[in-house]
Amino acid sequence: MKHLRQLEDQSVYILREAYKHFDNLAMLWSMGKDSTVLLWLARKAFFGHVPFPLIHIDTSYKIPAMIEYRDRLAREWRLNLVIGQNKDALANGMNHQLGRVVCCTALKTNGLKNLIAEKGYTGIILGVRADEEGTRAKERYFSPRDKHGDWDFREQPPELWDQFKTTFPEGTHIRIHPLLDWTEINIWEYIKLENIPFIDLYLDHGDGTRYRSLGCAPCTFPIKSSARSVDEIIEELRQTTVAERSGRAQDEGRGMELLRKDGYM
Amino acid sequence: MTTALTAPSEHLNIVIVGHVDHGKSTLLGRLFADTGSLPEGKLDKVRSICRQQGKEFEYAFLFDAFLEEQEQGITIDTARTFFTWKGRQYIIIDAPGHKEFLKNMISGAARAEAALLLIDAQEGVKEQSKKHGYLLSLLGVRQVAVVVNKMDLVDYRQDVYKAIEREYREFLAQLKVTPERFVPASAKLGDNIVKQSPNMPWYSGPTALETLGLFRKETEREHQPLRFPVQDIYKFDARRIIAGRIASGMVKVGDRLVFSPSNKSANVKSIEWFNVEPAATEARAGQSTGIVLDEQIFIERGEVASLDDSVPLVSTTFRCNLFWMGKRPLETGRKYLLRLATREVECEVAAIHRIIDAGDLAARQTQTTVGRNEVAELTIRTKNPLALDLYSDFEVTGRFVLVDQYDVSGGGIITEGIRDEQTVWREEARRRDIAWVKGEVGPDNRAAQYGHRAALVLITGGRHTGKSFLARRLEVQLVADGRHAYLLDGENLRRGLDSDIVEGDAAEMVRRFGEVARLLMDTGLIVVSTTNTFGQADHQAIRTLVNPAPVIAVHMSKTEEEPPSHTDLVFAGPKDFDDAARQIIEELKRRGVLAHAIGAKPTFQYSI
Repeated sequence: MKHLRQLEDQSVYILREAYKHFDNLAMLWSMGKDSTVLLWLARKAFFGHVPFPLIHIDTSYKIPAMIEYRDRLAREWRLNLVIGQNKDALANGMNHQLGRVVCCTALKTNGLKNLIAEKGYTGIILGVRADEEGTRAKERYFSPRDKHGDWDFREQPPELWDQFKTTFPEGTHIRIHPLLDWTEINIWEYIKLENIPFIDLYLDHGDGTRYRSLGCAPCTFPIKSSARSVDEIIEELRQTTVAERSGRAQDEGRGMELLRKDGYM
Repeated sequence: MTTALTAPSEHLNIVIVGHVDHGKSTLLGRLFADTGSLPEGKLDKVRSICRQQGKEFEYAFLFDAFLEEQEQGITIDTARTFFTWKGRQYIIIDAPGHKEFLKNMISGAARAEAALLLIDAQEGVKEQSKKHGYLLSLLGVRQVAVVVNKMDLVDYRQDVYKAIEREYREFLAQLKVTPERFVPASAKLGDNIVKQSPNMPWYSGPTALETLGLFRKETEREHQPLRFPVQDIYKFDARRIIAGRIASGMVKVGDRLVFSPSNKSANVKSIEWFNVEPAATEARAGQSTGIVLDEQIFIERGEVASLDDSVPLVSTTFRCNLFWMGKRPLETGRKYLLRLATREVECEVAAIHRIIDAGDLAARQTQTTVGRNEVAELTIRTKNPLALDLYSDFEVTGRFVLVDQYDVSGGGIITEGIRDEQTVWREEARRRDIAWVKGEVGPDNRAAQYGHRAALVLITGGRHTGKSFLARRLEVQLVADGRHAYLLDGENLRRGLDSDIVEGDAAEMVRRFGEVARLLMDTGLIVVSTTNTFGQADHQAIRTLVNPAPVIAVHMSKTEEEPPSHTDLVFAGPKDFDDAARQIIEELKRRGVLAHAIGAKPTFQYSI
């Protein structure tokens, strides 16, 4: 509980720094557990308001229940929702069978890059966590992307004493990662503590499976689990030694490293 | 398989530092593997990559997630990993030891509560080990333990271990760092990492894992005096919330807060939260919170709120220890952006006192630049005063970073506040403002009634440039517009208020002028003044005394001379004085002193 509040305080501090320093700021919301916690933290930081748009990069392959949930919360929380989609790639028949890295790059990375270029966002807030996979463990809270959206992980600025990189040359934008220090269990503990509405694909509905990580329908697979409540998820996570993203096909091989170097989330 | 079935009750940030190749990643891999803390997928993934590349599996690979790194054999960046042992979760920051990547190590170490320092038994104490020890002390990491690794390569000899311990202890003692303990180990073979090693029967102390368990949680900051750096002001709804994170101490509803450096004060009316029922009426160190005051005082990001019995220092000049990691050297005379808590201010290095060689802690010859990865003692001077503390008293408000071009390039801790030429005036203004007795009518009431805020228009320039004439025209125009303006001439003080002053005591005349101007502005007036009586240094004193009221500086000149610093408007001996007066009025509007349209209900964002 005390640790969750410390994580919350740090994330809120980061969100407020982001809001102060970037005029054209947006937050990525995939409706998954992490970015929904992030959205909740924004409401904490700004006392019930969300003073920037929320971006959903719609690959058109998302699970329908996620879209329903998105529209309901957008209404209830008065969110400014911006939906980005790489329509050209979809019109040309892009799908995961053409290769997962190819598909993710076209529909997600390029979908996001196009939207950033169109709207002129200089700061994008994302819900990535250091414990998800290796490349994300190397991230900074404020992480610059050059004008091609690429990530130079070798020349990352130091983050001393909560002084983040908030100045940058024309053409670059900053990825802001307020959830970097959170673990998967922390996310669920916080959802419970704050009673945050989450999508029930994360729970078992009787067939002995549930989603542990949500993405596009063709590339995301449920795990064997009988967890029917947040408490049971937390209990299960305390005992598991299976990696969180084991149901995410794009992580195979060097997938995430290649994707993230090119500007994937 | 050991797993934690209950939530950890405590969390500790630990950094592991050491010279390149001294085996940090191996130690981490071993700690994780031997405590059963690895997710199943991770070990398999690394094993299969090793197979693909035809390499023998090594524990170090677990933490070198990038393939490129494995090819080079160096950890590039600060990776964070977590593991739980005996009810405590460790957030392990694996800091690279390679010289070029020192800044990443600093990034990692800056948020650590304790450090595990690695030394290679075969190589002994290297320059890097010394530098790391020095940086840890500079970064304020007080808890340090040393693992002497690769003991297998020196046949587990006690004399080798003892010699390293002695040498490194002596070095750290000069930095006033006392390591908690030394552990002889071999991460590769698992000696004294998780299990006591049979190869070193002469050592009966704790293992590396037990050493982590012996680190203490840092002492709570909430028992210190309050420091609340203002992060932002929000007006999303009817509330005007001052948002920020409490750096130390605590704040309660009803507390009287003093903001530095503006010296404004008000009481805490409420503390705001989202989804906290019932709303707490106090907030403490570490919490990101929001405060609503009982008065609409104008304060900005960067000010520091405290209670009036323990205010921070306010100065433009201080002495510090700084380490530099910029792409180009730090130079005297060049402008940098200084960031201290939430305050950002332009600064320059006034003096480099010495550059310290981290290897032997010897002072090098004084230079005018500080190179990358060097540590120096400096005096820094900022353009505008800021609230600060000594690092030995307050962590958050006692340290700062310097930004060169776009990058955070240096970090420093403040060792001494230095009095500058304005200190005496600043202290007078502060004592006076903190003790100021307010009536029922506040500046915002006056502003609403008068249709403008108070301000000082200070007209400077040489003789016969028309200063007095312009001042008169401006007063006439302002009053004709229905403003409350008053011409304050220094001469009017000379025969009356100043009649007891010994001839030549200019400082006391300036002080009285500043105090009179301050008093008139407290009545809500726009004070217009010329400064025939005063010199350039005196203008700064007047500014300090009336701070933070808006001062509009107008300079009149018949030549091309450089106007004084902080000048807002320059007139080259105008012929059309009414036009000049109109330009000053426009400037007053731009600065938010005057509402834009006469007669319109003024809507001020803030009041003084």
